Amino acid sequence: MLALRVIPCLDVKDGRVVKGVNFLELRDAGDPVEQARLYDREGADEVTFLDIGASHEGRDTILDVVARTAAQVFIPLTVGGGVRSVEDMRRLLLAGADKISVNSSAVADPALVTRGAEAFGSQAIVVAVDARGDGKGGWEVFTHGGRRGTGIDAIDWCRQAEARGAGEILLTSMDRDGTRAGFDLALLRAVRAAVRLPLVASGGVGEASHFVDGARAGATGLLAASVFHYGQMRIAEAKAALDGAGLPVRPMAEAG
Amino acid sequence: MKIAIVDPGSGNLASVLRALERVVAESGRPAEVAVTTEAADVRAADRIVLPGQGAFAACRRGLDALPGMVAALQSSVIDSKKPFLGICVGMQLMAQRGLEHGVTPGLGWIEGEIAPMDPRDAAGAALPLPQMGWNGLDLAQPTHPLLAGIEPGQHAYFVHSYALADGRAGQLLASTDYGGAVAAIVGRDNVAGTQFHVEKSSRVGLRILANFLAWTP
Repeated sequence: MLALRVIPCLDVKDGRVVKGVNFLELRDAGDPVEQARLYDREGADEVTFLDIGASHEGRDTILDVVARTAAQVFIPLTVGGGVRSVEDMRRLLLAGADKISVNSSAVADPALVTRGAEAFGSQAIVVAVDARGDGKGGWEVFTHGGRRGTGIDAIDWCRQAEARGAGEILLTSMDRDGTRAGFDLALLRAVRAAVRLPLVASGGVGEASHFVDGARAGATGLLAASVFHYGQMRIAEAKAALDGAGLPVRPMAEAG
Repeated sequence: MKIAIVDPGSGNLASVLRALERVVAESGRPAEVAVTTEAADVRAADRIVLPGQGAFAACRRGLDALPGMVAALQSSVIDSKKPFLGICVGMQLMAQRGLEHGVTPGLGWIEGEIAPMDPRDAAGAALPLPQMGWNGLDLAQPTHPLLAGIEPGQHAYFVHSYALADGRAGQLLASTDYGGAVAAIVGRDNVAGTQFHVEKSSRVGLRILANFLAWTP
């Protein structure tokens, strides 16, 4: 049985870990490489770095963070934030990333997904979708860290990402992000019904039972940042909740 | 000992290099590990690793584009019987042919062909594709040296939409369950391949790499 993936996300700016509440308030809290190693030892199934500063400034610091992490952590590493071109993807992959997530740049230029998949394989290309409820029962795609509406229907965009060669969808509810109220399960179900791709749920985890809810709504990966980062929940608690609900997990004993 | 990681031009080999360097360091036995596109390096190597990502056809084209590489692999692996490990699409290339983007010949070291997956659950509903994540290993040949120290059910990290079909039972070392049995490790004589990313499979993967370095087929 394929195990549900528990994925801690580290928001990184200028080579340091940060975590914003609803993406706007930032607090500096540590070395991403050390954090990634800790998560690996604690049983994380993957680690995701989101370079939050990347849309606004140079991004060479993340290459160093990725290279140092990949030398010590032998689980999949996804990196996103400010990736605008196949060349950006190549640099991150060569530094040691396994998957590259694209968000705003893919919305602006959907063919970037195809070019990335053709150059590196679909398995390396994650389309990150930031979605916010439109008040009419649907969801709109937001970009630029959730600051900019696009008018694009999130479900349609996920379908398009799949058709263009994405290997995975990272779906963040902007309504839930930072609230600790749980994943947006209706959004997850809607995307699960629309695409066959692996689906990582993000935004809103506050307690371990939320991982179970997300898995039952169709997510194959479950991502959280602040609850892990601030130590309010351990990876093991998330896995214990999934295991207790009869869902398959990779046991802690196999951690790095 | 010289270990050659063949670069078919398909992407990121840094992870394979780093994982092998780690395993060599932990083994306490000196070894040179290097990524190469040169046939001469393959001929000079004691062990050969072929990673691969992306599409079967593109990886095969990448190998064919390296002067003398396929001949060097055939000579080193089949004639000289050097231990060989294929990883992911590198494992798939060991098959007779691939069916991704048309029919492409493989190296022909393992029987069977690489066919698209269409995994379904017990109720017939489509499972996500690609298979992406950690899945348990069912050991078909638990006493094989590559599986030393690996317990049944331990997890490895898979990412693939194509899998070995019509393989021969005797060449299957381990399988995994994704809507039915899927070939996870294949091998015969001095060749072996893992469908999963051994370099991204944490302690389980590093153990298999260590087993490969110690393997005397």
